[in-house]
Amino acid sequence: MKIEVLGSGCAKCKLLAERAEEAAKELGVDFTLVKVTEYPDIVARGVMSTPGLVVDGVVKSQGHVPTVAAIRDLLR
Amino acid sequence: MVESKGCACASPAPAPGGGFWKSGGWLLAALPAWIALYLILQPLAGWLAFRTLGLAPGSRLGEAVAFFVFEAPKVLMLLGAVVLGVSFVQTYISPERTRDLLAKRTGAWSNLLASLLGIATPFCSCSAVPLFIGFVRVGVPLGATFSFLVSAPMVNEVALFLLFGLFGWRIALLYTVTGVAVAFVSGWILGKLRMERHLEPWILEIPFEASKASDTPMGFAARLELAVQATKDIVGKVWIYVLMGIGVGAFLHGYVPAELMARVMGKSAWWSVPLAVIIGVPLYSNAAGIIPIVQVLLAKGAALGTALAFMMAVTGLSLPETVILRKVLKPRLLAVFLGTVAAGIVLVGFLFNALL
Repeated sequence: MKIEVLGSGCAKCKLLAERAEEAAKELGVDFTLVKVTEYPDIVARGVMSTPGLVVDGVVKSQGHVPTVAAIRDLLR
Repeated sequence: MVESKGCACASPAPAPGGGFWKSGGWLLAALPAWIALYLILQPLAGWLAFRTLGLAPGSRLGEAVAFFVFEAPKVLMLLGAVVLGVSFVQTYISPERTRDLLAKRTGAWSNLLASLLGIATPFCSCSAVPLFIGFVRVGVPLGATFSFLVSAPMVNEVALFLLFGLFGWRIALLYTVTGVAVAFVSGWILGKLRMERHLEPWILEIPFEASKASDTPMGFAARLELAVQATKDIVGKVWIYVLMGIGVGAFLHGYVPAELMARVMGKSAWWSVPLAVIIGVPLYSNAAGIIPIVQVLLAKGAALGTALAFMMAVTGLSLPETVILRKVLKPRLLAVFLGTVAAGIVLVGFLFNALL
């Protein structure tokens, strides 16, 4: 599973990356977590409001930081 | 005070729904408790400062401490309630939906609509660049995009309700109307100047995909849960700036004589308006942190226009956001943008000092 966290590196993006990692570990899935920080790459993935969460190429959330439990549901 | 902007960013995310009675029942219990505590804050603070701590009423230290122990819980309680309410409403609104609403408009209406939507749309200055590109690439007029970019941080929805709670509806309305006016006019001017060629070319060339507004149906419980989470995140981040603001306010309240403030920030000192803007721009603070300071400035004889201009400069124009926007705007457009907004704020300050 490829998890991408989109955002230029503000506090919310870091928080989202931490929560996504925690959620993925709780699920016990194989995953790689990538932080996408360059604006052209963020825009190309179709995200306008950061932080964004993209799982295997699909935009799962944008503009807010979901809770660990909510991210777990998004990863399933 | 940097990086303290509390972005009320929340947009719908799929989550299981639920009824009001299942999850919102605690709100009904919390509300009377909140109101009761709010009402007894003033006597409680006086008792704490003058009885428990034994400070003399009327003394400088006594007045400063009494101010702090009353204002700090009051503003934090108001802030919590306002952020919760605003975050809940904002689960119904997203930048994607605002963008789609604006994409089909042209002319001055697009500027007005963008300025109004800027108040309610959750916006975080850290996503200003992808948002700007998203707007421009789906065909939102450049002028309307600027109206939105000015209005979204300047007419802060949390500040609006805090002003209402602390000063009453007149000042809250004044703040909203003038903020929208500055956003509307500066965006309209920037649109008329036809400055499209002063955009950095890469933003029009890179591969682009329009994101969809997430419209997964969400129940009351899921929205409330999102709002509670957002409130914890935001209040957890800005409370320290609010306390710092009230601390500065308490010091001004107890130690700075009113005549001095009236001379420096009063109506007769015309230069105080541009000065307030110049001081306000590098001071990047959350609106919630600046309001307690503005409250004291007003009480000490500062003119309303000057105080309003100061607040708008602090929240609406900021150095970090300018640095971020430089990635999409060439220097000339960036300078025109900053100049137009700053001029608008100064005009608002002069106008109110002259009228009121």
